[in-house]
Amino acid sequence: MKKLHLFLLTLILCVTGLGLAYYKIAVIGLPLTASEEAQVWNIEARISFRAKSDSAIKVTLPLPLNPAGYSILDEDFVSADYGLAIEQDNSGRVARWAKRRAHGKQLLFYRVVLFENEETARKPDAAPVYPKPPEYPEKLVPVIKGVLDKARQQSADTISFAQRVIEQLNSAASLPELKLLMKHVSRTRNLAKSLSWILAGARIPSRVIRGLRLQDNREYTDLEHFLQVYDGEQWHTLNIRDGREGLPADFIIWQTDDDRFFSIEGASESGIQYSVAKTVQETINIAGFRSAEKGSHLMEFSLYSLPVHTQNVYRVLLMVPLGALVVVFMRNIIGIRTFGTFMPILIAMAFRETELFWGLILFSLIVGLGLLLRAYVEQLKLLLVPRLAAVLTMVVLLMAGVSVIMHKLGFEMGLSVALFPMVIMTMTIERMSLTWEEAGPMEAFKQVSGSLLVAVMGYLAMSISELQYMFFMFPELLLVVLAAILLLGRYSGYRLMELWRFRAFTRNKP
Amino acid sequence: MFGFLEKLKKSGVVGMNQRNADFILRYNKRSLYPLVDDKLRTKYLAMASGIAVPELYGVIEIQHDVAGFSNIVRNHEDFVIKPAHGSGGNGICVITGRLNNRYRQSNGDLLTEEEIEYHISNILSGLYSLGGQPDQALIEYRVKFDPLFEAVSYRGVPDIRTIVFRGIPVACMVRLPTRMSDGKANLHQGAVGAGIDLMTGRTTHAIWQNFPIEQHPDTGAAISGLEIPHWHKLLTLAAQCHDLVGLGYLGVDVVLDRELGPLVLELNARPGLSIQIANRRGMSRLLEKIAKMEKIPASAEDRATLGQELFAANQT
Repeated sequence: MKKLHLFLLTLILCVTGLGLAYYKIAVIGLPLTASEEAQVWNIEARISFRAKSDSAIKVTLPLPLNPAGYSILDEDFVSADYGLAIEQDNSGRVARWAKRRAHGKQLLFYRVVLFENEETARKPDAAPVYPKPPEYPEKLVPVIKGVLDKARQQSADTISFAQRVIEQLNSAASLPELKLLMKHVSRTRNLAKSLSWILAGARIPSRVIRGLRLQDNREYTDLEHFLQVYDGEQWHTLNIRDGREGLPADFIIWQTDDDRFFSIEGASESGIQYSVAKTVQETINIAGFRSAEKGSHLMEFSLYSLPVHTQNVYRVLLMVPLGALVVVFMRNIIGIRTFGTFMPILIAMAFRETELFWGLILFSLIVGLGLLLRAYVEQLKLLLVPRLAAVLTMVVLLMAGVSVIMHKLGFEMGLSVALFPMVIMTMTIERMSLTWEEAGPMEAFKQVSGSLLVAVMGYLAMSISELQYMFFMFPELLLVVLAAILLLGRYSGYRLMELWRFRAFTRNKP
Repeated sequence: MFGFLEKLKKSGVVGMNQRNADFILRYNKRSLYPLVDDKLRTKYLAMASGIAVPELYGVIEIQHDVAGFSNIVRNHEDFVIKPAHGSGGNGICVITGRLNNRYRQSNGDLLTEEEIEYHISNILSGLYSLGGQPDQALIEYRVKFDPLFEAVSYRGVPDIRTIVFRGIPVACMVRLPTRMSDGKANLHQGAVGAGIDLMTGRTTHAIWQNFPIEQHPDTGAAISGLEIPHWHKLLTLAAQCHDLVGLGYLGVDVVLDRELGPLVLELNARPGLSIQIANRRGMSRLLEKIAKMEKIPASAEDRATLGQELFAANQT
């Protein structure tokens, strides 16, 4: 009954721990190892202008909104004392800066951090309204009709039709009949907009999208335009220079609507510059973002939400159960005797700071000197607690002395001696000297080396950085450690050392 | 190594983990521990139910009373000082006589009164107690052990350890002090352990430092074949101790006094496992058999007999 209870409990613990971890890995996308980093793109829009001293300033900048294939990890605005309002509707987003009065050169920044995220591929749009043919200026009607007719003859479907139109307009220089049209086009609107306008003459729904090619360390003075046409089922993106279909790789769509522009009122010498840079960021930040996006509060309550120095404390603390598991294993399965149950873990934690080699040397040094002093104090016949206090004082002095001398000798590692838990050291010295007196130096050395062995094993286990990361990232894995400890708690088989202890049985008995 | 493990399992040796998990945790209620961990309480309990124990001369409970030490021992030439919560024989100081205001310890050293008082102070401050809690010092009758063991003891007092499971004696050994154990009767400190045939009360094999030996390492006398007198009475005494404290898995230490016969020295809630080596016999089969028993005889005497029968049955 008890066994079944224990097995069920450990099963539940394991399932809970591993299940939670699996959820975090598979669904939220937490990386399994610390080294996983993801590319993120930093895009900065830098708006510069000279303020006119006599008028209020209004700056309008379209902002990306749910760009297909990317997610916005972070964005911020640097705008000094400008009033900032962000307007958003279904089709787009825009930032409006305003200031009543300003002098001289002004700079405004918008910075966005993006990461690639396939899950945010564009949702299918609702079918657009088929446009009415616009009323073209009278002198342009025959030209546009000519372009459209020619395209119709040379095309098979909506896409190729649009491509033919694009080709004609791009080769307008060699076609004299298009001169008038080009003149009109270049005066009033840009090419993409004009293409859309002309295609409307054939009742083809089209729209202009703008965006940036994401290339490291590139600067752009304007967004790049692409034309999208609707073939009755979905939007197709066409290059307005050569009519090629599809967006380039690493392209972020900044805006999909035509009616918002970058504009500045009340200023001169205005300009905008987009700069793109690639950086890497630990996947963990992105995962936090994703979990928020999915409406999961798991990450909000993760250890990452703590202040950094507290995080660092937990990085160490979460490893302690693993050290405890090592102690349980070494004591109950191997059968190694130690001074105090968890003294080895505390020593192991000190080793983390001192490094193993120096840790062992410093530990032996302090305990050895402490034993000598303890032997001297013994003659004074002090009572227990004052004697412990005296030894503690000596341990502190010894630690300080070792630090100073090692520092003078140029061994900087000596400084970390201060990290040894001095109360534990004191107790170790006291118990060791008692064991020494009562059971002889052999037993004392046996136990102290047992303690050190367990401490070293614990240290080695606790300093596996993969495990450190895993326990910090997935603290629920401690439930699995707990399950292992519980199971070991009911282990009633022989300890390894008992095979040696009871060896007389195996020799003489049949 | 696995062959080794297999053999060990076959011989029915109880390991430390099994002892703790299957017997101590299961049969020894935590709340009963203080009865045996505090030797003073054990002594009072034993005295109340008429079990023979070494006479208590005095108890020193607080530091201030340490000065009264010489008063307590004024009328006693020899005595033993021990911590009430001691374990493993630590902190026990045996005084065999006096010389010019000094006390002669069992190992021959002469101690001044001041040194003894320091020792008592150490006991009071919890140096020898489990967990280091403040302790009391008992001063009691020094056992003059039976001449039977004279030839196989080197200073100190040999005692007879019996494992009593559910009130039934399961295994016995006699623990003989050596020069190495400094008069103490603990095997891990270097005492010799000799197994005892429960039927006859005769010593069988002996071990020292986990190795089988034939003769006492200091005196050279043969250890096996010594017959302990009043054997059944001694077993009954051990079985009675179960009723005294109610612990299911109990170690009973009995000494044979030359004049007073068997005296219960102390009880142990976590008796060691070396007794199996001394007897060259694992206890696991016997313990499991007893664990399955539904009815255990009520009288200690019957239980002692039952223990002997089980022992005999287990021999074959």
